[in-house]
This record gives sequence, structure tokens and C-alpha cells, in this order.
Amino acid sequence: MKLSLGPLQYFWSKEKVFSFYEDIAKLPVDIVYLGEVVCSKRRQLNFNDWVTIAENLTAAGKEVILSTMTLLVADSELAQLKKICTNENYAVEANDTSALHLLAGKTGYVAGPHINMYNAETLAVLHDAGAKRWVLPIELSEKTLVDLQKEKPEGMETEVFVYGNIPLSFSARCFTARAFNIPKDQCEFKCDQFDKGMPLTTQDQQNLFLINGIQLQSGVPCNLLSAVERLHELNVDVLRISPQDEYMDSIIHAFRASIDDNTSATDLPVPEGGWCNGYWYGQPGLDWKNVT
Amino acid sequence: MVAVKNKIELVCPAGSLPALRAAVDNGADAVYIGFRDATNARNFPGLNFSFEEAQTGINYAHKKNAKVLLALNTFPQPADWSLWTNAIDNAAKLGVDAVILADPGLMRYATRNYPDLRLHLSVQGSATNKHAIGFFKDNFNIQRIVLPRVLSLAQVQNIINNSPVEVEVFGFGSLCVMVEGRCVLSSYVTGESPNSCGVCSPAKAVKWEETPTGRQSRLNGVLIDSYGVNENAGYPTLCKGRFQVGENTFYAIEEPTSLNTLPILPDIIKMGVAAIKVEGRQRSPTYVAQVTEILRAAIDSCLADPENYTLDTKWIEGLDHVSEGNAHTLGAYHRPWQ
Repeated sequence: MKLSLGPLQYFWSKEKVFSFYEDIAKLPVDIVYLGEVVCSKRRQLNFNDWVTIAENLTAAGKEVILSTMTLLVADSELAQLKKICTNENYAVEANDTSALHLLAGKTGYVAGPHINMYNAETLAVLHDAGAKRWVLPIELSEKTLVDLQKEKPEGMETEVFVYGNIPLSFSARCFTARAFNIPKDQCEFKCDQFDKGMPLTTQDQQNLFLINGIQLQSGVPCNLLSAVERLHELNVDVLRISPQDEYMDSIIHAFRASIDDNTSATDLPVPEGGWCNGYWYGQPGLDWKNVT
Repeated sequence: MVAVKNKIELVCPAGSLPALRAAVDNGADAVYIGFRDATNARNFPGLNFSFEEAQTGINYAHKKNAKVLLALNTFPQPADWSLWTNAIDNAAKLGVDAVILADPGLMRYATRNYPDLRLHLSVQGSATNKHAIGFFKDNFNIQRIVLPRVLSLAQVQNIINNSPVEVEVFGFGSLCVMVEGRCVLSSYVTGESPNSCGVCSPAKAVKWEETPTGRQSRLNGVLIDSYGVNENAGYPTLCKGRFQVGENTFYAIEEPTSLNTLPILPDIIKMGVAAIKVEGRQRSPTYVAQVTEILRAAIDSCLADPENYTLDTKWIEGLDHVSEGNAHTLGAYHRPWQ
């Protein structure tokens, strides 16, 4: 099994993004997904900046894939999408049906976690359209993965999201701007103050969600480290870790060790608020089943 | 196929035969329904149609020159795949005027087995731009798309100008502020989502508790809101609760309010939408009758004389009366944003 680093979800400074991927170049991940996937107003890195990072990572031996946005409406957003989909050097991760349309005739792309692929017939549609890999939609369980692994098109690779705060929803509204009581079109890039998202808690202090611009994430990270052995048995090809503001080294090393040694390591730093893994077990996503 | 009576179709919800009759009798051009199972996004107890009821409803509607659209807009998983393909088979047998689909796998099944069956892309299909629409048109010959309730008027206009298919927009009803089909908040908290089970914030997960400080609503144990002694308590839809962000406790995601587009109806009609949809298959026949009657009157008035269209206060009062939180909003339509 390979290990991948998913696209960055948060709005970090340009310096921080460059320095983050310099560190990633030295860490044992095989695949790195790059690009802004949440909000098109976040333009601290332009296309060429991402290409520079892509070149550095490629030189370090990583497979680089350019990820596309999940919600695209404006013509400027579609122009950027087209630029990514028509690039000659890197494979693309499609996170919206519009990317699939622009990738028509191409092969070797990835159908990302926000394309709804809930059954084998849909996987066949995407495989016929040129997708080489699909990412299990985040709310699906081990049970459904077992069925899909049996029924999926031959040769199509499977990737599973195994660590990080789960992107749960997308809106045209900006919830960060809303929290500051300012309009989205005058947002002042408030999300740059929240390198790991802005906590939204219930009135009795449960960490429910993280606000990240137009996106809501799970309040605590998903952690499927204890399921790595099972994912291996199911012939999953790639495990995806979502970029974190802290503990990136330990998380990547823990999953790497678990893949290489085929053991269920448990020595991960516990984040404040703990983890969730409910979706994997067919339960509410926020549940945590402690398996050792 | 039933001939179109009006330039703009008024598409109304029906969760039962009485609601279907109410919609047709009060001027709906089309009614949308679902089967009584997880194949549609209003899979609520006591709601929806058996095959026989659907046949009765279709006969009734067709006799009165109204269409019936069938929503099959959830995403089947392998274990229950045949439930959804049977639903397509039944839709074809029943002679519905279109099926409203979201899942590409099901679209392939439908186009291969029933090439003459008209397909609409559900709002759950998350198409928000011309390329997304192009994918569904090229691959499955989709004839109409329903836009998510997240777009501004200018964005809707841009999509209509560039869309190879008809565009349907929401005109009235509960307001979902997420890109539909891309929201799993409900399964994160309860295990069931619109995509997987056809429900959002399901009633069986709701619990009301009386506490010394007032009433609390919980969804699978998660506190969604607490209400003061004299405060009206609304249904605890996950995204319409009051939560804490920083120092503040407020409607951090969305207020409990309904979408109402009557004030901007001339703009919507001028843009060239093919149909205006009313949300609410879970609502009563009385609701359907009242909302259909008011929207029919407003659309007719606007079509007859768009320049002099004025809002009848009776329409607004009537709609607010049946709205969530007794309040309404233009939603994203009036936003200047990109």
C-alpha cells in the first residue's frame, strides 16, 4: 500500500505552505495532492507557485497530483480549473463533475472523495471516462468498501481517507466570515487566523465541527490507524492523510510503520478532543471505537 | 408526455395522494413524488407512494394535464443496488414524465435500459456550472438540471446562458445552505444522510428535554439548541441550531428560515428558467394546497404583466404562515458575491 498526503484544506501563509512541503519532501509519503481545494479567493499561491512545489516534490521522488476545487461557479474558477485539467505534466484529482467533463479523453486521473461514488456502476462510469483511481466517499463504511472492492472495474485503484478532520460539507456561504459578522465578499481573509480551523462547539461544549471558510469539517480528526491491516487485506492501494498543522511527522511515520510492518501501531499523539472513526464501522461519523 | 400549459413550470411536492391532488387542483404544472423507501431524499415515516398509489396519482395528474416527476435521488450502495434499479423499472412501467436522478451509476442503468425515459439531474447531483452540466448531458442525455440553493441570481443567469439543458430553480420552501449532495453533516451526527438514506437530521434521532433553564433539542445526543421559557422551538435540523464559536452563541451555520423568491419573481422568470420548484414533500396536503395556490397566482400575475408585478401582501402573509420560523429570506439569490 502507498501513503498519500491529501490537498491542504486550510488557509496558510505562502511561507508556511512552502516550508510545510519542504518538510513533506523528506517524509515517507509516496503521493502528494496539491492545490487550493476550498475557496477560490485564497490566492496567496498562484498556479506557478504550486507548480514550483510540485517540481520540488517530484525531485524528491514523490508522485504529484493536482487537486481541483469542490465548488466551482464563477467563470474565473472554471478558467483555473481548465488550466489544471489541461496541464501536461501532472495527473489531476477531480473533486467536481466539471473536472470530469474537462478531463474527457484523458486517462490516469483520480476521482476524489467529493465525487459521489457509492456503487460499482458509478465506478464503471468513471473508469470508462478515464479515472485510474477513486477515493472512497467519506461517509461510506468498511462493509460497503468490501462490496465495492469485489465489484469495481479491474485495474481501478482504491484510496481511503485514513487521517485528518473530515470535510463534511461545502456551501457558497462562508461560515468564517459569518462568525465575524462580515459579508463573504468583504471577508478580510479571516480564515488565515485559523491554521487548524475554527472550532464550533455545542452549547454544552462538545467539539462538533471545525469551520474552515465555506467548508465544515469534523470537530475531531478521523483516525483509521487501527484499520490499516484490514485495509491491506481488502487490497486498498493508497491510504490518505490530510495535512495537519501539528504532529505531521508522527502521523506519517505511524502509518508508514503500520503499512510496512503490517502492525497496528498505536503511538500517535492524541489531539485535544480525541479522534473519530464511526463512519468506518457504519456508525455516526463522530463515534470513536477504541480498537487496539 | 403531457403538453406544457405554461411557459414556466410550477413544480410542486407531494408526499401522499391527497397532497398530489392538492397540488394539481391548485395549479401545479408538475408534481414530484417518491416511492416509499430509501430511493428518494424524503424517506420519512408515513410518507410517499406505493406503486399502485403512484399509478393512481399519475392517472389523476395526467387527466388534469399535469406532469408527474419521480425523485430517485439518493445514492445506492452495492448491498441494495436492486432496490434502486427496480424503482427505475417501475418508473418506466408507470409512465412518469421524468425521473429525477443524482447517481451516475443509476443514470447509466436508466439510459441503457430505457433510452426514452426523460432524466432530470436532481439538486443532489451538485451541478453548479456549465461543465458539470455538460458531463451529465454528454454521458446520460440529461434534459433538465435542478440548481442547488447556494447560487446568486447573477450566477443562475450565467448558468442558464451557458447550459445545454433546461434549468429548474427552487422558489419556495426549506432552505438548505450547503451544496446538496455534498453534505454529510447528518450522517456525521446520526449515521444517516440524504445521500445514503434519504434523510437529514432524522426524526428518530431527535430528543426533546425539559431542563430547569428551558427546553433542549438533541440529535443522537448532540445538543442542537436550547430555548428560553417563552421561545418557540423549531425542528432541530443540524445546520439550524445555535452553537458556540469563539465567545458567541448564535445560529453559526444558518437561521431557521424559509426560502421565498416571490419578491424577485420577475427577475427569475426573465432569466429563462424552465421551472420553479417548491420544496416540501414532507409537508401536509394543506401546506401544498396553500403554497401552490399562492405561487400559481404570483407566477400568473407576473407572466401576464411583468412590468407591473407587485407583491400581494396576502401572498407573503400566507407563505410566512407556513414557513419555518414564520420567516423568509431570499437565500443566496440576492447576494452580490462571486
